Amino acid sequence: MPFEGIGASVRRKEDVRFLSGHGNYTDDINRPGQVHAFIKRADRPHARINGINTAAAAKAPGVLAVFTGADMAKEEIGGLPCGWQIHSKDGSPMAEPPHPVIAVGKVRHVGDPVAVVIAETRQAAKDAAELLEIDYTDLPAVSTLKQAVAPGAPLVHDDVPGNVCYDWHIGDKALVDAAFAKAAKVVKLDLTNNRLIPNAMEPRAAVGEWDTSSGDYTLYTTSQNPHVIRLLMGAFVLHIPENKLRVVAPDVGGGFGSKIYHYAEEAIVTWASAKVRRPIKWTAERNESFMSDAHGRDHVSTAEMALDADGNFLALRVSTLANMGAYLSTFAPCVPTYLYATLLAGVYQTPVIYAEVKAMFTNTVPVDAYRGAGRPEASYLLERLVDAIAHDTGMDRVALRRKNFIPADAFPYQTPVALQYDSGNYTATLDAALQAADFAGFESRRAAARSRGKLRGIGVSTYLEACGIAPSAVVGSLGARAGLYEVANIRMHPTGSVTVFTGTHSHGQGHETTLAQLVVDQLGVPLDQVEVVHGDTAKIPFGMGTYGSRSLAVGGTAMVKAMDKVIAKGKKIAAHLLEASVEDIEFKDGKFSVAGTDKQKTLTEISLAAYVPHNYPIEELEPGLDETAFYDPKNFTFPGGCHVCEVEIDMDTGVPSVVNFVAVDDVGRVVNPMIVEGQVQGGVAQGIGQALLENAVYDEAGQLISGSFMDYTMPRADNLPNITVGTEITLCTHNPLGVKGCGEVGAIGSPPAVMNAVIDALKEYGVRHIDMPATPQKLWSIIQAGAPRMAAE
Amino acid sequence: MYDFAYQKPSSVGDAAKALGGDAEAKALAGGMTLIPVLKQRLNKPSVVVDLAKLGLSGITVSGNTVTIGAMTTHATVANSAEVKAKFPALAGLAAHIGDEAVRHRGTIGGSLANNDPSADYPAAVLATGATVKTNKRSIAADDFFAGMFTTALEQDEIITAVEFPIPQKAGYEKFPNPASRYAIVGVFVAQTANGVRVAVTGAGQDGVFRQKDMEQALSANFSADAIANIKQPQNGLNGDIHASAEYRAHLIGVIARRAVAKAA
Repeated sequence: MPFEGIGASVRRKEDVRFLSGHGNYTDDINRPGQVHAFIKRADRPHARINGINTAAAAKAPGVLAVFTGADMAKEEIGGLPCGWQIHSKDGSPMAEPPHPVIAVGKVRHVGDPVAVVIAETRQAAKDAAELLEIDYTDLPAVSTLKQAVAPGAPLVHDDVPGNVCYDWHIGDKALVDAAFAKAAKVVKLDLTNNRLIPNAMEPRAAVGEWDTSSGDYTLYTTSQNPHVIRLLMGAFVLHIPENKLRVVAPDVGGGFGSKIYHYAEEAIVTWASAKVRRPIKWTAERNESFMSDAHGRDHVSTAEMALDADGNFLALRVSTLANMGAYLSTFAPCVPTYLYATLLAGVYQTPVIYAEVKAMFTNTVPVDAYRGAGRPEASYLLERLVDAIAHDTGMDRVALRRKNFIPADAFPYQTPVALQYDSGNYTATLDAALQAADFAGFESRRAAARSRGKLRGIGVSTYLEACGIAPSAVVGSLGARAGLYEVANIRMHPTGSVTVFTGTHSHGQGHETTLAQLVVDQLGVPLDQVEVVHGDTAKIPFGMGTYGSRSLAVGGTAMVKAMDKVIAKGKKIAAHLLEASVEDIEFKDGKFSVAGTDKQKTLTEISLAAYVPHNYPIEELEPGLDETAFYDPKNFTFPGGCHVCEVEIDMDTGVPSVVNFVAVDDVGRVVNPMIVEGQVQGGVAQGIGQALLENAVYDEAGQLISGSFMDYTMPRADNLPNITVGTEITLCTHNPLGVKGCGEVGAIGSPPAVMNAVIDALKEYGVRHIDMPATPQKLWSIIQAGAPRMAAE
Repeated sequence: MYDFAYQKPSSVGDAAKALGGDAEAKALAGGMTLIPVLKQRLNKPSVVVDLAKLGLSGITVSGNTVTIGAMTTHATVANSAEVKAKFPALAGLAAHIGDEAVRHRGTIGGSLANNDPSADYPAAVLATGATVKTNKRSIAADDFFAGMFTTALEQDEIITAVEFPIPQKAGYEKFPNPASRYAIVGVFVAQTANGVRVAVTGAGQDGVFRQKDMEQALSANFSADAIANIKQPQNGLNGDIHASAEYRAHLIGVIARRAVAKAA
């Protein structure tokens, strides 16, 4: 049998169907009698709805029904719920204004649903939507954080004063203030984390179906977590009991967080399918994705570090404004709090930290978790601040990092912002990355580039993240309205093949391969006899889905526990068949044997015996070999590492190019090195996108300027260098696999490495900081402004 | 898209007739602009007249002229051995329009008739002083482009071919919009027996234009250094979130020098 277990770079099982065009995505699903929904969306950021005349649209050819927010309100349909409650400094709960499925009374962002038209064809629905007469009174809007906090700013929600969702803090302010008072030096940095639009390759889609016979509902949807959608939509929005609602998330073409959330369109097609007694499909057009998928990031922060005379970090103080958009998306409130401020220790032994975060409503698309979620914002702030400290003090930026690292022998390490890291070795990842990037030889490359008219810079980021989300009791105490365990069902079949039912969901990560490798490793079953099933609440046990790099650390561990049960039961069956005592049965390489003898039974033989229990301990043991385990993690996992980036900036045009990128990450034990490399490369590509290219731009009036690929700059192959990926492993100490997670590290570690490189390239121009994205125009302006001074020198 | 009638005539005369009688009729060449516009419901033609069966594609090189049929795709121009040999700047320009899929659908006639202010071909046509041949007449490049998305073409007039005089030397360089990859600034320089012409696309509010200061300097001395000190005025240039008018003005200088340096 070829090596297919943990550590093997086996090819992805799912790629055969994806690469040959046989994936089965939500939009590929067509139900008998299916009709189509078109969502009429607000074309303005903020307006009162005085009335909607649907008469002409309802009479248009092919139209079955037109619904507005008022129609849903009549049936007491709930608003879209928020899954996390934050409390402000003063103990009061966050402002949680209603989020109607279809707008009621007001529209609050461009793209807010105003009405839905259901028609025989998509074309007919769109035609009819043009006949809707919507009487609006425009209201002044706020789109940026700066506008939202201004005194007297227009209110997004009439009953949310100052547009403040919450004003939260963490850490010991008094201790931090005292440390600042006696600091030898304080370094301060103001910075913005630019707003991003996820742009998964597959636009969101949903098909709702109501079975006229059983009265059951089925929703097919582009989701990362079908059980979460079933719970939220069934219990809070449509009041459908879970036994009457099935949610299926088939193949999903990328999520990056944006497909975690419960969206209006899911509720609309499910609810309306019973009204019109026909299955209803909705598929987003790309422009709808831009104005209705949850956006990411969008912070404005001030960071200050107090230092002693030797450059030791004494205290960190951070103040952040976070944009929530017009409504609270499913997990929005936790992103700039518990997924952000708890990470502000990073890889450093800063003794005291205080952070305050004010979350603001604006007339923009809701903002929620996007690849990394809070952790990229924390690592960007810290790693830019460390470079600013080096800039201001003249200290070497690498030496400054080493000096303040949490040492490898200090684990477990309790940070001053709640988290306790279990393992890590930051010097090891730093050394490996510097060597792979030939950091020592950089200055000659800088000089060579200059002779070609290019400014070359190198940047380092030593980052940490927390994933493997999450211990349920801990997150519950912090405001989560859900548990974050995971579940797996291992079903041995009579002939020895295996089906794994996992509560996690694969939308590009390659779970069908990676999770199958765990079975190969633990049960000794060949890879081609292992099937991984996910994404259908009618098939899988209640799991929480995939986000926060949790699938292997939490979902994989649930599998290990379920396989432990399979082995334990198998031993009892083997003991019976081999006429030995259970204590003497060993399981290895797919075989049960009696210790010290050559008597053995294969797992296949045991499976067969379990399902054909002719010779079987039927008095003591149930037939069958089908085990389920739920696993609630004891702690987060803490991947970290070092990214080194080299850029060149064309002095004539300001165009930056990433010319080298090295990522050395500690993701814990690696199950499939090829998939890890791909995950890191994909994350780095998105990080380079954030640093140099991507920017969601609203104008002051609230219109989305970068509302299509004509203006929103996605990273493309020719924007990217060859990305060198390495790993330096310390094992996670609290899960049996020793795994930490690799899905987000690329997007978390890379933006500060890129920006530190850009700023290093411009150091002779006296540049201390540049906000992302570092566009050619921005860099040219700096070079242009610096040129006369340079010439004079 | 909205419903429309569709015709696919097999003669230029029939196509002109279909277009001429109806101000809402639209000609369809490669469809690389028209189809997306229709899909977004930004245009509601009465009839779409498909020009694919008019026999207008093909490349002829004779003497000092390259003639390209209006329906010739960018990929055909980019990969033509004759164009690459006789007029490499034109083949190079065609090779960098849009992406591979666009280059196999998009046509030179469609690009010129649309006259997108960020399109590449208008720069080549204007800089070489090419002649746009239609079913009615021959139009000199200087008379053809009439502002953003506007040309000298009449409603029943169809481009049949473009006749390029082969320059002694020519070069095209573009600074792409980082998102759309259309030209933020594209400069085509052409050295001919009658002097040098320089055309700038992507930057001007009225579409492609000639940079006459550069033409004069380059006619005297065809080198990048000759235009190093020419300042492009900002007025009349576009500005957007990617590039202000000031930045575009600067880029015109840089990109023009690069176009001269690579001219062959």
